[in-house]
Amino acid sequence: MAIGFIAGVFMIVQFFVPHAVATQGYELLLDWARIIGAFALVLGIGSLFRTHWDKIRRRRSGYGYNAVTLLSFGLMVWAGILYGTGEGSIGQRLTEVQDGATFEWLFNNVQVPLDATMFALLAFFIASAAYRTFRARNIEATLLLVTAVIVMLGRVPIGEMIYDRMPDVYEWIMQYPAVAGKRGILFGVALGSIATSLRIILGIERSHLGG
Amino acid sequence: MTTLLQRLESIDRRWIYLVILAAVVIPFLMNLKLPVGKHSPSTTAVHDYIEQLPPGSVIQMSFDYSPASMPELEPMAKAVVRHAFEKGHRILAMTLHPQGALMIRRALDEMALEMNKEYGVDYVDAGFKPGGVAVILGMGKDIVRVFEDMDARGNKLSAMPMMRDVADYSDIALMMDFAANSLPLAWVAYAHEQYGLQMGVGLTAVMATDLYPYWKSEQFVGLINGLKGAAEYEDLVEVPGLGILGMSSQSIAHLLIILFIVLGNVGYIVTGRASQRRT
Repeated sequence: MAIGFIAGVFMIVQFFVPHAVATQGYELLLDWARIIGAFALVLGIGSLFRTHWDKIRRRRSGYGYNAVTLLSFGLMVWAGILYGTGEGSIGQRLTEVQDGATFEWLFNNVQVPLDATMFALLAFFIASAAYRTFRARNIEATLLLVTAVIVMLGRVPIGEMIYDRMPDVYEWIMQYPAVAGKRGILFGVALGSIATSLRIILGIERSHLGG
Repeated sequence: MTTLLQRLESIDRRWIYLVILAAVVIPFLMNLKLPVGKHSPSTTAVHDYIEQLPPGSVIQMSFDYSPASMPELEPMAKAVVRHAFEKGHRILAMTLHPQGALMIRRALDEMALEMNKEYGVDYVDAGFKPGGVAVILGMGKDIVRVFEDMDARGNKLSAMPMMRDVADYSDIALMMDFAANSLPLAWVAYAHEQYGLQMGVGLTAVMATDLYPYWKSEQFVGLINGLKGAAEYEDLVEVPGLGILGMSSQSIAHLLIILFIVLGNVGYIVTGRASQRRT
């Protein structure tokens, strides 16, 4: 809690004090933050390994998928560490394989299509949901529905073929009603963030410390 | 009629999936290209800003996306890279997203090869750096130091001719963030507001509403919005790519979804009235 207070107050003060000591302290804290950021990756990897290994050990339903996840993870780590993406990797010295080739091949031919496929599935779910649940049940829902139709038409060339001012209507919706609504939300979020930050710095909010 | 609508109401969703699949795939196979139409002011703003920069300006590009959003963001990233190279600008590529490192390779290397640009002189790939906001703030003081003087390929950044002119944000003429996440908010809050870095964004369409306020308040010089934005940029640089090709699939898919919405609502209204009459 004391560390949070000192670091928080220092970061606020240094913003307004352009002295060398403040700048050096600021840079030091940024270096620490980057190191902690790198550790977040280590924690993430540890958590991934622990969760999936636990399911495999207990033979939970579908544990084969967990095994595939860990094997794929191991394969990418092997390709990354051994062959890397830069010059002079360990793998190049041992096997004459071009740097980064294995890692990039796995990424481009396995990860890219799999990841893109997962995201592409959204199109099917949206189409099905639009058909089954997007109903004009009341005035608000009808307004939402009409706006959605205009926005969908405004974002494609065929909308302009149907009505030549459709992109202008879309732009008006995006630049005025949408921006107005979004700004209201942003102000709320900003005020909430300031309040939460002050609570953390002053030690009133302690949930981030756990327990 | 009512019976038909009732049947449509309970149609197997796999038919809907099949129709959408056909709507997306067939235009691609037929290489159908629809005219792009009017350019959005937000896309034109990015193009015009790059256009007026003096040749040799350094444009920083952060490729903060993964393969999931690549179909939407890569066409616009390639079009902006092409435009920057055509105008004789230099590019400093980086990413704050772990999977962005290879997104840089796909978007930047291909364009550099095609346009005969030299690594280290015309462009540099600084790669992925974990740390988010700390990296953004640190780059305002010393870019080479943040990347520990090493690029994504294991070379010394400080030894590259291009990097001799790049110390911090004051040497960057424009920063473009291609993102499918909240990182543009961090860039605008810490790099633009604190260091005055001029920035533009390339976004997935679903994120555009969140970031339009920043363009309207001139915190972004411009905003490339989704696949339509990519198609518009390709049209502006006069090199059609996957953005323009994808517009035909997106057009037909959007029309189909609108048709589904209309059909679903007609069924809902008619069957609702029929059940009211029965009671």
